[in-house]
Amino acid sequence: MSGKTIAEKILAAHSLSGTGFKPDDIITAKIDLIMSHFGTGKTVLDFNRIRPPKKRKVFDPNKIVVLFDHYNPAPSERWAAVHDLIRKFIKKQEIKNFYDIREGICHQVLPEKGHIRPGMLIIGGDSHTTTYGAFNAASCGVGNTDLFYGYVKGELWFRIPYTIKFNITGKLQHNIMSKDIIIKIAGDYSAEVATYKSIEFTGKTMEDLTIASRMTISNFALELGAKFAFGVPDEKVVNWIKERTQEPFELVKPDSDAFYEKIYEINVSDLEPQVSCPHTVDNVKPISEVAGTKINQAFLGSCTNGRYEDLEIAANILAGKKIHNDVRMIVTPASQEIWLKAAKSGISEILINAGAIITNPNCGACFGGHGGLLAPGEICISSSNRNFQGRMGSSAAYIYLGSPATVAASALKGELTDPRDF
Amino acid sequence: MAIISTKAIKEYKDIIKGRVWVFPDNVDTDVVSPSKYLDNLQATLDHTCETICKEFPSSVKEGDIIVAGRNFGCGSSRETAPAIFQEKGIAAIIAESFARIFYRSSFARALPIIEIEGISKEFENGDKIEINIPNAEITVLKTKKKLMGKKIHPILLNLLKAGGLEKQLLDELKEK
Repeated sequence: MSGKTIAEKILAAHSLSGTGFKPDDIITAKIDLIMSHFGTGKTVLDFNRIRPPKKRKVFDPNKIVVLFDHYNPAPSERWAAVHDLIRKFIKKQEIKNFYDIREGICHQVLPEKGHIRPGMLIIGGDSHTTTYGAFNAASCGVGNTDLFYGYVKGELWFRIPYTIKFNITGKLQHNIMSKDIIIKIAGDYSAEVATYKSIEFTGKTMEDLTIASRMTISNFALELGAKFAFGVPDEKVVNWIKERTQEPFELVKPDSDAFYEKIYEINVSDLEPQVSCPHTVDNVKPISEVAGTKINQAFLGSCTNGRYEDLEIAANILAGKKIHNDVRMIVTPASQEIWLKAAKSGISEILINAGAIITNPNCGACFGGHGGLLAPGEICISSSNRNFQGRMGSSAAYIYLGSPATVAASALKGELTDPRDF
Repeated sequence: MAIISTKAIKEYKDIIKGRVWVFPDNVDTDVVSPSKYLDNLQATLDHTCETICKEFPSSVKEGDIIVAGRNFGCGSSRETAPAIFQEKGIAAIIAESFARIFYRSSFARALPIIEIEGISKEFENGDKIEINIPNAEITVLKTKKKLMGKKIHPILLNLLKAGGLEKQLLDELKEK
């Protein structure tokens, strides 16, 4: 009998179906936290179908966090009506953790506000809910119907995942970021290397990364198909969370004899900047093979790479310079907290002086909702996580994904550019 | 918020017969349910999957079956993706593999889906097939060739039979 992985430990601690399970078994487990955004609108309509009406109660109003980030502020009357519907539901259900349009992108705001702790089992109505794995939480996205079931019951079925490990070693070169690592993994091992699996990211390089950089990896791991995407459970996580919440928690570490379906060894010492080319995240090339491709738009933001260090590295590259005349550069900080910090430190000023426009924290440009869509034939370099056909507007547009450093360097030159030269 | 009804959920049957649409690898949720139409059911019905198969939105018929490659339904958690297939009358989806959230949501909505290795090379648009869902067995009606897929977990098969997770929950909450 081998030991347990992080996923197996957290699922065992929440299981209502016993702990004698093995991978591919299905259990029912209690949920610690549910996150949802505009998709809550569907949940409200589902609640209205419950008969008798007196049973229209969420399982625990303190274990639900709702905010608006996708259509924020409402870009149309229809979305304003959806927000209105949800606000009334929030009041009626007495859900206290509601941030409305005020705070920013869910995957940044929930950790900032102290809702995420190690060992939690979390579901979210958003695919990139894997991000909280950086904080040692078992966290995954679900669709609206599963979300509704969780809202009412506080539990859900889970398939026990196999766990794979990416052990990352080596020293990153100047202006190479965690985004380059995870894009490289997507290119080498495909967009479904982790489908239905839990990932544990380990190794000296992972340990050296900031929490923000680890969040990028756990976020983008969804694009590898991951169910959970755990970062390193260490003191950096503990210290980060202690600044945000008084709630008690304990790190969940894997047993030394835990079973891993596969272990991948990755050395990043010679890693050059990586770019996901249209129209799949695993169509990956090193920057040297695509450098010189003209761009129309550079997008710096999203739940993947809209954090302070991302804005900072871009500002370092753009300080005292002007972005290329043919490029629109859109910067979207992931949260109000980050935006305020960037305003105070002078980073916002550098970006504005370079010719970038800064938007309020939202998901708009990344998912093609509003605020930065592409026309037919246009090309965008983006720090976000998806380059699917039609993702950012026209289905005849082309999206390249790269690190914030690559986005900033490319904005400056008007073409895909290696950021190591800056 | 338009594609929200469960009215398109079909009554469960062990055996499904239908005409095949062949889709490639990595069909993502933005192709199936583009962000720009998330508030507009009619536009989603008119444009779903058009970038991979131009005639699909106008020519798909009630009871048709999709046969696809790897990583079907990758991307967003938007449940409009499986839902729009049901609205279009799709009776089942067979693929070499499915992305995780699409997989969950399909069972939550009682849309039968089956994983079969190598399936995408076996068919052309318009071929007629029969699916035995509990056995995960596909028969090509013209040649009688049989293909075996991965059997659906009994808990998930029960979810299909119950008409999906929402119906199951609403029935449970009803006062006896």
